[in-house]
Amino acid sequence: MELVLSRAAAWFAALLLAVIAVAAAQDSGFAVHMSIIAIAALIGLWVTISRADYGAIARGIIRTPADPGRYDDDPVRWGVIATVFWGMAGFAAGLYIALQLAFPVLNFEPYLNFGRLRPLHTSAVIFAFGGNALIASSFYVVQRTCRARLALPGLARFVFWGYQLFIVLAATGYLMGITQSKEYAEPEWYVDWWLTIVWVAYLAVFVGTILKRKEPHIYVANWFYLSFIITVAMLHVVNNLDLPVSLLGSKSYSVFAGVQSALVQWWYGHNAVGFFLTAGFLAMMYYFVPKQAERPIFSYRLSIIHFWALIFLYIWAGPHHLHYTALPDWAQTLGMVFSVMLWMPSWGGMINGLMTLNGAWDKVRTDPIIRMMVISLAFYGMSTFEGPLMSIKSVNSLSHYTDWTIGHVHSGALGWNGMITFSVLYFLTPRLWNRERLYSLRMVNWHFWLATAGIVFYAASMWVAGITQGLMWREYGADGYLVNSFADTVAALHPMYILRAFGGLLYLAGAVILVINIWLTIAGRQRVEEPLRQAAYDPAADRPIVPAAAN
Amino acid sequence: MSITEQHKKLERNVTLLGAFAFVAVIIGGIVEIAPLFWIDNTIEKVDGVRPYTPLELAGRDIYIREGCYVCHSQMIRPFRDEVERYGHYSLAAESMYDHPFQWGSKRTGPDLARVGGRYSDEWHVQHLANPQSVVPESVMPQYGFLADADLTIGDPAARLTALSRVGVPYTAKDIEQARADLLAQADPEADAGDLAKRYPKAQIRDYDGKPARLTEMDALVAYLQMLGTLVDVNSAAAQEDLATETGR
Repeated sequence: MELVLSRAAAWFAALLLAVIAVAAAQDSGFAVHMSIIAIAALIGLWVTISRADYGAIARGIIRTPADPGRYDDDPVRWGVIATVFWGMAGFAAGLYIALQLAFPVLNFEPYLNFGRLRPLHTSAVIFAFGGNALIASSFYVVQRTCRARLALPGLARFVFWGYQLFIVLAATGYLMGITQSKEYAEPEWYVDWWLTIVWVAYLAVFVGTILKRKEPHIYVANWFYLSFIITVAMLHVVNNLDLPVSLLGSKSYSVFAGVQSALVQWWYGHNAVGFFLTAGFLAMMYYFVPKQAERPIFSYRLSIIHFWALIFLYIWAGPHHLHYTALPDWAQTLGMVFSVMLWMPSWGGMINGLMTLNGAWDKVRTDPIIRMMVISLAFYGMSTFEGPLMSIKSVNSLSHYTDWTIGHVHSGALGWNGMITFSVLYFLTPRLWNRERLYSLRMVNWHFWLATAGIVFYAASMWVAGITQGLMWREYGADGYLVNSFADTVAALHPMYILRAFGGLLYLAGAVILVINIWLTIAGRQRVEEPLRQAAYDPAADRPIVPAAAN
Repeated sequence: MSITEQHKKLERNVTLLGAFAFVAVIIGGIVEIAPLFWIDNTIEKVDGVRPYTPLELAGRDIYIREGCYVCHSQMIRPFRDEVERYGHYSLAAESMYDHPFQWGSKRTGPDLARVGGRYSDEWHVQHLANPQSVVPESVMPQYGFLADADLTIGDPAARLTALSRVGVPYTAKDIEQARADLLAQADPEADAGDLAKRYPKAQIRDYDGKPARLTEMDALVAYLQMLGTLVDVNSAAAQEDLATETGR
């Protein structure tokens, strides 16, 4: 009972502080954000005092499964739903801003202008969709590979809900124009502090579970999850070192300026890709691909070598975002050299994943989930080849500032991160909700082809757009003058922007099929459908030839 | 003992594994970033760079708020076509008071590092309100609301104070005068005092065509009109300095 009281008191204190902050806020955006926090605290207070089951409260904010013989999967289930939800939001925002670039009349000032929606899209897909997939899958994987329930179940629930609050604050902030202007690190100082708290809790739950493991060895997927959590903590804290103008206002100024802030930002930005979108997702690959293929990981030795090489080399690659800028030459060259070297450990991961299918390649034909995993690894391999190529200074002089970069990011994000996440969602849903199988495997197949076609349209149109624009900017006529005005190059890209939006539409359509499939699977329905592969059988032909005369 | 045998020690100890991973990921950042703070020629010594005036700073804050950096770079690379299109390549010194930098990563629209003085104030106001009316091919959103929004900054001095704490050399007088400077720079009727002396090359005029009102449009146009105008990169002395510059 005292616990309930002290929890209620804590929620009430949070509520009170938030309300005071609303009243004293320096700007309206900060006031809105503090109102959101007040509402969250109110919900927490209500949940705390309205619980009848006080024994359960003692085990966590919300009931954890009492049976110690079962894994603690509630946060994983919530995470699956959150991943699907934020994925849809992020993809839809992406399609919308793609259309804005083709048809600027779709901008509605001030809240729905491209400049405010673009960070909404990037944060929704990277941090909301990707982040929830990482947190949920890591909680699932770490329990199975350690043969132990989550350590600190209450804290695990705090991680989930705290992370959702971070997403809501970040997303609403962008629409109100609250941003630090650092790409993929736009949320302002107080949201950053909140995420730091959530992230430390995440590390505690994850490491705590590993500490109570019943297996002697820590499985390779957990090495990747661990390095992802540690590195993201480091990147987040250093890149967001800033000084608030007022403790009651949203505005802050970075402690770094100019060239230093540029390199700190891209050290962060590139390793958000390297650790959030690569190391973390490789961890998913290392657990779910062998599971679905029912084959062990191809090479233990390769996983050791490529793990250490990948995490050591990735961190150096940031300066390739700043080629030919005012960043000193030595730093640019260092970034380029390490980016090219990074190609090898990246492909080490791809090879280890693909070769796991040795002896099970027929499943690519028969199992659409395996097919998704294979294509995600193929896109991983493709974009980790394209990345080093684009980091070479002479290539970068053409590709930088153009849509080629956007295409590169999306072949990685849609192809690698998206596809591996979809396959993991399809793997997890029947198991988490105790269903015999998915609602429909044929719909997985449809999702696969729609998404793949969407990526092809997206990547191809952006290659053409990027190279076109890069060449037009530097085109000289025989008279020695620049041929194209900037506006000419914008007009030239219009058809490519429409094709890109079409690719995005296909990808979104695939995701809608995912939502239906997951929804109906959770609801316990099973679609009556032909299996994907069945040898032909014609009963009419299945009889002996009887001579006509014998009739 | 083979490397896989040795690695088993790490695989059995999460503290060791985490510590090794942390060491592996911290090295690259230290080697690349830390020297930028003490190697002298990272930021070349040029004349003319000064902190933003309170009005320019307010404009810069609006530039950040609206996400302009998403489509516009402020970093001209040292290529013939870029220098001819946008002007002299950007110097590190020119963004030394930018907390944080606004170099950008994508040019959906043109580079803005030296846009100051290239167009008239009227052009900017009309272009921001309706970009397609002056550049039909443009895909830029409309920002007409800036002209109707009064520039409301709770405490301009607080912003200067915060910036001075992270290393921008605002003087005590700059901070004290912040509000007066903010109002005076957009109002040709007002007495600007020694604003132009404390902030050399500060442009004092009404920017948005509405002298009676101080709007967000005033601030943003004031910011755009000063971009790239502080350093006289074409002077003989500057050319001589840059010719001997190494590391580019």
